[in-house]
Amino acid sequence: MNLNIGGIKTDGSDGVTEVSYIMLEVLEEIHLLQPGCSIHVSSRTPDRFLREGCKVIRQGHGYPSVFNTDTYVNELLRQGKSLHDAREGGCSGCIEVGAFGKEAYLLTGYLNVPKILEVTLHNGVDPVTGKRASIETGDPLTFKSYEDLYAAFIKQLHYIVDMKIRVNNYIDKMFAKYAPATLLSVVTEDCITKGRDYYNEGPRYNTSYIQCTGLGTTTDSLSVLKKHVFEDKTIPMEKLLYAVDCNFAGEEALRQFILNRTPFFGNDDAYADEIAVKVYDDLYDSIEGKPNTKGECFHLNMLSTTCHVYFGKVMGATPNGRLAGKAISDGTSPSHGADTHGPSAVVKSLGKLDQVKSGGTLLNQRFMPSLLKRESDVVKLTQLIRSYFALGGHHIQFNIVDTATLKAAQATPEDYRDLLVRMAGYSDYFNDMNDDLQQDVIARTENEAF
Amino acid sequence: MALLFDIKRYAINDGPGIRITLFFKGCPLNCIWCHNPEGISSEKEKMYTLRKCIGCCTCVKACPNEALTFTSEGIVTDANRCKLCGKCAEVCPTMAMEISGTEYSVDFLMKEIEKETVFFDQSEGGVTFCGGEPLMHPDLLKKLLIICGQRGIHRVVDTSLFAKPELVLEIALLSDLLLVDLKMMDSGKHRYFCGVPNELILSNIRMIAEVGIPFSVRIPLIKGVNTDKENITRTAEFLASLPGNRPEVALLPYHDIAKNKHGKLGSIYNPDEVPMSTPSEEEIHHIREIFLRHGITATVGG
Repeated sequence: MNLNIGGIKTDGSDGVTEVSYIMLEVLEEIHLLQPGCSIHVSSRTPDRFLREGCKVIRQGHGYPSVFNTDTYVNELLRQGKSLHDAREGGCSGCIEVGAFGKEAYLLTGYLNVPKILEVTLHNGVDPVTGKRASIETGDPLTFKSYEDLYAAFIKQLHYIVDMKIRVNNYIDKMFAKYAPATLLSVVTEDCITKGRDYYNEGPRYNTSYIQCTGLGTTTDSLSVLKKHVFEDKTIPMEKLLYAVDCNFAGEEALRQFILNRTPFFGNDDAYADEIAVKVYDDLYDSIEGKPNTKGECFHLNMLSTTCHVYFGKVMGATPNGRLAGKAISDGTSPSHGADTHGPSAVVKSLGKLDQVKSGGTLLNQRFMPSLLKRESDVVKLTQLIRSYFALGGHHIQFNIVDTATLKAAQATPEDYRDLLVRMAGYSDYFNDMNDDLQQDVIARTENEAF
Repeated sequence: MALLFDIKRYAINDGPGIRITLFFKGCPLNCIWCHNPEGISSEKEKMYTLRKCIGCCTCVKACPNEALTFTSEGIVTDANRCKLCGKCAEVCPTMAMEISGTEYSVDFLMKEIEKETVFFDQSEGGVTFCGGEPLMHPDLLKKLLIICGQRGIHRVVDTSLFAKPELVLEIALLSDLLLVDLKMMDSGKHRYFCGVPNELILSNIRMIAEVGIPFSVRIPLIKGVNTDKENITRTAEFLASLPGNRPEVALLPYHDIAKNKHGKLGSIYNPDEVPMSTPSEEEIHHIREIFLRHGITATVGG
């Protein structure tokens, strides 16, 4: 469930009405956990509506999330929906979009992309269980170049995606046969005229998504391998694999070197962003157009829900310095704390992905309350969102940093390297401050809460 | 080439819209409360962040001059031996050891500035040249201002105006807006707190007002230094006496956050222990009223 506010009408005109503003007012007053709610912004959406939405965001409850209507209408059109149906569509859950009331768009399973790299680096074996999980694509110590390594990763990716699709299709057939959704079939268009169930080709559109998780973790790990192992040769492959396998025990200096000296995704850095774009495009190639059981096909989605936490738990350490068991990056967001150049650099990096190829991307952005103090700051937030959407962004949501987050940052600074403390004429990273000043910033954040 | 100590993106306190701010290194003033003390010296400086240091001693081994020792208080640099070669910063895995100050070319900086074009377009933002004192790098600054002007990028220069009038005028005519720092009216006090007298600054402010260059004034409010009624009244009178429109005034309440950076530089914050504090809400309110009586609207915050 997701309450969609704003957006456009089926004739393409702006869909914001007085009711939209009333809904925002109500949201500001009641602190709603479910259903999720979102504002939908097109190039025709008035600034006033976006501004009012951002004022609710500033409250720090993590909503509403913000969707780019123009981008997702294009996504739906690309998948073959009619213009009318695409414009009437929106977001129904977290970030995935579809043609409301006319489509069964099934999330058929999450894909742990960093795990595929982990398996590649262990020649098909899952190092966590010690069991063979996939095909052999070569001992990484024999790779002569980054291209060799990347080719092995892509081979693993295709093998695993194809296997996943076979399993998904089997499950979908079971649903069609044993689990009819009668009520959904009544309310979803074309089921009755076709005389078929929601799970059995009844709806007008029948889409299957595979949701890929961990673009940031994968990109940053590949960046470490490309730069330090193959190009600069500052870290031998053997040493990196050893460090990863022993969870960087006794290798803290190496881990810090990796964290601080590698181009990471989310900094508008061409080196890292090119890797991200390549991975994203290759994920698309591995999934897009593969037939599902309903005469239609699979599409790429970049949704993670909360799976990035679970996926992290079943993984060892990764080459980007992430320790075993810790969450991988979510959706298309940068790895935790890897984005050290502020929010404009983050959206520039994300803007390089051709997001129309997906059925949804996810960007969680942390924001210090000091960046939203004045009315003019709220206006600048709307401009940041407009900028991201001008770059083709699908979705963005803001987590306003609270004192609990800052305390967590004191405990595990490396996950919070993005926290910038800014005042007029001054800026510094929270992690770089001494204890007294950190306490001071925590106290100020408490005061600045809205 | 010019020496910069920081480049800040999504800068929302340094002029209109979403901006990128370039911090030039070196300043003719030496204000005791300076928020960016690494901006004062026009030489490269070493900064050390104790809480980032993991004690791996990679720097100690890498130093060609044996200037570093590892102690219970972290790495200590022998200033007499250190040649600022930067080897320690190069090898430090955690970046606890850093060299503040990097040489940048016009081409590189233009590329950085233009990375933000989409945000400038959406917010009517642009680039802010700040410091330190950007006017200490006139050649590179002029080149950047000219190119930005040609490409329609909004230009703000944040300056102390402690520079030759000819240079001030030349830079001002290449800018869309000046942010002028004004600390206090009494020249003797100004010399004591900021290291230089203020006659040149005040006459430059009058000059740009006479020429009709758009500018706004930034005043740090430091209780114990410049928030007394006399100084505020004199400041308001001075600004009200300028020809042209009344300039906008931004009041920046003091904070001792710079202590942290002095710690990193190994220098001592406020060595004379001048009592400095943040004015209360009420005091700020009174200060704004004084400005208002002189027809000047003063906002709080950059």
